Amino acid sequence: MRQPTLRRAVLSLVALLGVLPILAGLWQSLRASFGILPALGATTLSPAPWGQLMQLPGLTTSLALTLTTGLGATLIAFVLVVALCAARADRAPVPPRLLAPFLAAPHAAMAIGLAFLIAPSGWIARALAQVLGWSTPPLWITVNDPHGFALILGLVIKEVPFLLLVTLSALSQIPLRQSLITGRALGYGAGALWLKLVLPQIWPLIRLPLMVVLAYALSNVDMALILGPATPPTLAVLLARLFSDPDTAKLLPASAGAILQALLVLASFAALWATARLTGWAGRIWLRKGTRGPHSALGPLPALTATALLALGALSMAALLVWSLAWRWPFPRLAPESWSLSAWDTSTAPLTTTLLLALTTTLLSTLLAVAWLEGEDRARRRTPWAEALIYLPLLVPQISFLYGLNILFLRIGISGGMGAVIWAQTLFVFPYVMLTLSAPWRALDPRLTRTAAALGAGPWRQLIAVKLPALLRPLLTAAAIGVAVSVAQYLPTLFMGAGRIATLTTEAVTLASGSDRRITGATATLQAALPLLAYLIAFALPALVHRNRRALNGGHTAWA
Amino acid sequence: MGLTLTALSIHFPGQPPLFAPLSLSVPPGITTVMGPSGVGKSTLLDAIAGSLPPEATLSGQITLYGDDITTRPAHTRQIGLLFQDALLFPHLSVGDNLAFGLSPRTRGRTARRKAVTEALEHAGLPDMEARDPATLSGGQRARVALMRSLLAEPRALLLDEPFAKLDTALRAEMRAFTFAHIRARNIPALMVTHDAEDAEAAAGPVITL
Repeated sequence: MRQPTLRRAVLSLVALLGVLPILAGLWQSLRASFGILPALGATTLSPAPWGQLMQLPGLTTSLALTLTTGLGATLIAFVLVVALCAARADRAPVPPRLLAPFLAAPHAAMAIGLAFLIAPSGWIARALAQVLGWSTPPLWITVNDPHGFALILGLVIKEVPFLLLVTLSALSQIPLRQSLITGRALGYGAGALWLKLVLPQIWPLIRLPLMVVLAYALSNVDMALILGPATPPTLAVLLARLFSDPDTAKLLPASAGAILQALLVLASFAALWATARLTGWAGRIWLRKGTRGPHSALGPLPALTATALLALGALSMAALLVWSLAWRWPFPRLAPESWSLSAWDTSTAPLTTTLLLALTTTLLSTLLAVAWLEGEDRARRRTPWAEALIYLPLLVPQISFLYGLNILFLRIGISGGMGAVIWAQTLFVFPYVMLTLSAPWRALDPRLTRTAAALGAGPWRQLIAVKLPALLRPLLTAAAIGVAVSVAQYLPTLFMGAGRIATLTTEAVTLASGSDRRITGATATLQAALPLLAYLIAFALPALVHRNRRALNGGHTAWA
Repeated sequence: MGLTLTALSIHFPGQPPLFAPLSLSVPPGITTVMGPSGVGKSTLLDAIAGSLPPEATLSGQITLYGDDITTRPAHTRQIGLLFQDALLFPHLSVGDNLAFGLSPRTRGRTARRKAVTEALEHAGLPDMEARDPATLSGGQRARVALMRSLLAEPRALLLDEPFAKLDTALRAEMRAFTFAHIRARNIPALMVTHDAEDAEAAAGPVITL
């Protein structure tokens, strides 16, 4: 019995409100990059904006920085994750639950905490001062260093937990144990097995998430603004400045830059694809030779590096909290001399706005994801082309289409309002909610709903009385991830809110460039606490509701 | 009368029909379907239950006590379904699993609770309403699943290798229990099995596909 209505409705909604705005935004950027921006009275087709873009001081350095930080951070994170999994082939190198706080922490909060940690007056320098007897902060340039090392470090800390979870999930989908047992019986060493048998099997499963990481690393604004080089900055930061310049004529070269940013990401995808093909080809030649080595994996080095990164991340979060409570904290003391709650005594408006946005976008996204998956069940058919499109908002750089989209929002008169920000945030919240929920949803035994039908339960009763309660844990996990994604959004809030809608994230990023660490720390702590709280609820609530239901409380927790 | 199949045939795109057009009358009691793996026994049950994959094409007719149910949605057919796994709903207690199945024709809180309690007593599982299904033994789960199906007051029952996962000692006991209940209700039941002993114990007609 096919019931295609719901599926059609959901797909139309996703196409209309999800895919179309991105394409329209890109189109607006493209038009503006060739001089057409009717809102400014610019109506003559001309390549001049591209010329203006090229003449911006430091553009070449900006481009080079974008590539080194983006590609560098992605490559380091990927190699580390692969090495980490290969070193402990039989079991998870880190319990997935331990990674949750790192996933929950918004990029901006992590960046601010890391800046507090590595700054000349930060904890690391203070610790060294104890040993080396410094009485003044060292003259090193760590945050905003001209080579982007701090930015790379921040990106790696944030992306390693994500890639690790994705890889662990991919490993659970392939016959890992059999591959390893068979391979070992044929005399292959651990390193060789991983490179020849395991990596090729999981590559198709981790390719898209890796591309998401790559696109973010190449085009993010918030982390690059806080940790990255300043003069010149990375391309995305440069563009964000141009887009918010009071001189509206700068919008045209900024749009050209937006297209350039998209092309940069596209070229990186092409390079990734070519590298993967080439490696696969060379790998098969190597495989045919039948060499049994390398026998050893890399020893404890990957695990040590990963532990150090996680420790840096945890210390960053702690630094936020301690600074928010500090009053007098002279160098080189490791802890504040006196404490104060005064930094917490600020306006609660950004917190309320952030909560409202997070709850609304998460609710909308979860409803849409449930409608999508239920529609799929009722139509008894999946939609591969639409599933591929779910990734689109995560692969196209935000800066490439958000301003163009804002021009459209201005035209229909919703720019600057909560509605526009909710819409724009949902573009990014929905994919994560959908990707988190779809695997456990599809893994639910279909005979369970068939049994319910045989007992006389219609489609709605099957959904409400059987599927949703049995899927409570993954539903809440997906919602927690939705909250985390919404809280972390910077550019959509800034652009679509026309600067009028202040969230914890926009506040934290703005404050980060100032000098008051206490208020910055308090705002960033709150920003990090919200998603963490959502994760805790997602973890505790099902355990409470299903405390007497062993089959639903087993270890199969899906955190991502 | 009972469950009647008339010239029933199923085929998947690009493949010959699964079996020659099948005409069959299932009287009250147990009728056994046997045959090698892959011949389409489970697909036949899917067709009768109304859960055939959408790409399959069905021709012929299925009637239940004279009603043509060939194209009816699964949940309106009043045909019960038992698999080799009990498939108790993991989020509900044993009692609520039974209450989920219990026909809405039994009205009133007290009457419904009483029906559940009685069903558990019939199954030899008194006072187990509040139990987590995951804590039951395999045999206990199978009995709850049968009770849940029967409480829905099905007009026919389909059994897909219902005893295959039970160990030998338990299998004989569950067979006796299941068949006794089906006979007591006097409803037509179609059982797919690989096990010749199942067919023997059912002591009804045997169809080989």
